[in-house]
Amino acid sequence: MALLEIKNVTRRFGEFVAVDGVSLAIEAGEFFTLLGPSGCGKTTLLRMIAGFDLPDGGSVLLDGKDLAESPPEARPVRTVFQSYALFPHMTVEGNVAFPLQMAKIEEREIAPKIAAALEDVRLVGFGKRYPHELSGGQKQRVAIARALVTHPTVLLLDEPLAALDAKLREEMQIELINLQKDVGITFVYVTHDQTEALALSHRIAVMNAGRVEQLDEPSRIYGFPKSRFVADFIGHCNLLSGPVAANAAGVITVDVAGLGAVRVAAASTLAPGSPATVALRPEMIRIGAEAAAGTPDNHFRGTVAELLYMGDVTVYRVDTPGGQKVEALLANSATGRAKFFEVGDAVEMSWPVAAGHFIEE
Amino acid sequence: MPARKEGHVGKWLVSGPPLLYLVVFFAVPTLIMVLASFRTPGEFGGLAPLVDEAGKLDLNAESYVRFFTETVYAAVFLKSIVYALVTTFLCLVIAYPLAALVAKSPKKYRDLLLLLVILPFWSNFLIRIYAWMIILGPQAALARGVNGMLAWLGQEPVPLLFSSFAVLVCLVYVHLPFMVLPLYANLEKHDPALLDAAQDLGAGAWQRFWRITFPLSLPGVYAGAALVFIPALGIFAIPDILGGPDDTLIGNLIKQQFLETRDWPFGSVLSIVLTISALALAGLAAFVGRRNLVTPSSEEAARA
Repeated sequence: MALLEIKNVTRRFGEFVAVDGVSLAIEAGEFFTLLGPSGCGKTTLLRMIAGFDLPDGGSVLLDGKDLAESPPEARPVRTVFQSYALFPHMTVEGNVAFPLQMAKIEEREIAPKIAAALEDVRLVGFGKRYPHELSGGQKQRVAIARALVTHPTVLLLDEPLAALDAKLREEMQIELINLQKDVGITFVYVTHDQTEALALSHRIAVMNAGRVEQLDEPSRIYGFPKSRFVADFIGHCNLLSGPVAANAAGVITVDVAGLGAVRVAAASTLAPGSPATVALRPEMIRIGAEAAAGTPDNHFRGTVAELLYMGDVTVYRVDTPGGQKVEALLANSATGRAKFFEVGDAVEMSWPVAAGHFIEE
Repeated sequence: MPARKEGHVGKWLVSGPPLLYLVVFFAVPTLIMVLASFRTPGEFGGLAPLVDEAGKLDLNAESYVRFFTETVYAAVFLKSIVYALVTTFLCLVIAYPLAALVAKSPKKYRDLLLLLVILPFWSNFLIRIYAWMIILGPQAALARGVNGMLAWLGQEPVPLLFSSFAVLVCLVYVHLPFMVLPLYANLEKHDPALLDAAQDLGAGAWQRFWRITFPLSLPGVYAGAALVFIPALGIFAIPDILGGPDDTLIGNLIKQQFLETRDWPFGSVLSIVLTISALALAGLAAFVGRRNLVTPSSEEAARA
C-alpha cells in the first residue's frame, strides 16, 4: 500500500475546478513532483495534503488513514513554503525549536535535535542569527531544517527554489537530492520548472487544468510524452501534426503540412486518416550542410531562419520550403566553440524513425 | 557642488516651518514654565516680580520642596498613573480583537470599518463626555437596570455617575481609537504565511496567537500604549465632569493651581513632573521594546 494516497480528489472554487478528480499513490521514500503551469491545481493539491484546504470530493489517505478530520497541526506532514515563512522575531534556533516545542519535546532533548537538523542542512554556527541576517539560500535551509526536525512522514515543498538565482538553485537541487536520500522522508515537490522536476524527482505527475496529464519517471516524461501538452510543456519539442497516411510494421507515416511524410516508430492501431502528432526533440535531429550518408528514415531540406547561440549549444530554427518551422539543436563542438551555421544557410535535416515519439490525438 | 547645496536648501524648506512651530509653541513655552516653577506666586495670583523691590533676583525651589514633602501630591500622581495604566490595559484588551477583526476583514470593508472607529472624532470631545452623563445618569436605563438587579439581590443601589467607574469608562471610550489605529496598522502587515507555517509545524490557534501574532504586534502595542497612556495621564476634563470627589487626578490638580488656587509656580512644578514622568515611561517602553523587536515587515525589507 502506498504511503500517501490521493483518491479521486476534486476541489472547486465557485465555477472554477482547480483539482478535477485526481488520483495518485505516492510511495514511502519517494521524491515525487507535481509539475505544471500556474493555475494547474498543483498548489491546491499540496494545500489539501497539508490540510489547509479540504477536498470537495474524494479523500487524502496517509498510511491508509483518511486525513479529512485532521487539521494541519495534527498531520505528520510538514511544508516548506515558497516564501520560507520563517518567524522574523525568532532566531534560527528558535525557528527550528518551534515544532519541537509544539510537539512538547522535553527541553533538554531540544538542543541536540536542533544541532542535528542544522547540520543536515549545513548551517552549523548560524543558530543565533535572525532570519533578516540570512541570505535567500540560508533562509531556505532553515525552512527545510525546521520542517524536518520532527521527522515528519511526508515533506511538502511548494516551489521552494523559485526565489533563488539560477546558480544557487542548481546547488540547492543537488543538496535536496542528497538530503532526501539521507533522511529517507517522502518528498512531495511542487514546481512549474520542468528542468527542476526532471533533475530532482523519482516520479513526476504533470498536471494541466486540474488533471494529471501523465505520471511517470523523468526520462519517460521527457522521452515519451503522452500528450501534446506534456511534450510542449516539458522542454522544447517540435510538434508535427497531420493525418496518419500509413500504419505498417510498427512504423506510422504522418502527413505533415508544409513538411511531408514523417515516419515514426510506434505500436499503434490508429487507422489511416486519423489525426496524430509526432513529437520530435530538437536534439534528436541531425543537421548538416550535406545530406546524411545512406538513406535516413526522415530527410528534409531547409534554410536557417533564426538562431540562438547559447555557448554550449546553438538552437537553429529551420524553415522548410513548404513553410513548416523545425527547431534543431546542435552542440557547438567545433574548435573555438563557433556555431556551425549562419542565418540563411541551407541545411539538411534527418532523423531515424525511433527519434520521434508518436502521440494519438 | 550645486546639486548638494540645492538639496540642503530643500531640506530646510521642508523641515524649517515645523521646526519653527515647535520652537515657538513648544520649546519656548516649556522653558517659560520651567522658569515659572522657580518663581514666587504673586499676591493676587500669577507670579511675583522676577526682581524684587530690593533688586534681588527672586528664584527659589520652594514649589519643588512642597511637591516632594507633601505626600498628598505624590498620592494624586500615583492615582493618575494607576488610572492611566488601567485605561491603557482596558483599551488594549478591547482594541486588539477589534483591530484584528478589521485587519482580517475583506479589503473592501476595511476603510468603512476604520471610518467607524474614528467616527467619534467627528463630534466634540466635551459633548461626548456630557453624553456619558446622560448614559450613566441615575434616571437612565443603565442605572435603573443595574440598581434594579442589585435591589433584587438585596444590595444597596450604587451611583454610576460621578464615580471612578464613570471616569474609567469614559477614559477607555475616549482613547480607544488611539489604540485601535496603530494596532490595525501593524496587524494588517502580518504575512498570513507565518500563521500557516506555525499551524503546519503543529501550533494550535492559541499558540499561533501567543507565539507568532502577539510578539510580532508588539510595536503596534507599544505605539498604541504610548498614545493612550500619555494623554490619559494628564487628562482633567473627564474626572472634572464625570468623577466623584475622590477622582481628582494630576490634570485636575494642575488646572486648579492655575485657575482656582492661582499658584502658577506650583502648577508649573506639577506640569514639569507630569511631562518628565510621561517621557520617562515612554523612554522605558521604547527601551524594553527595542530589545529583540523585529517588525513583521523587516524581513521583507532586508530581502529587498
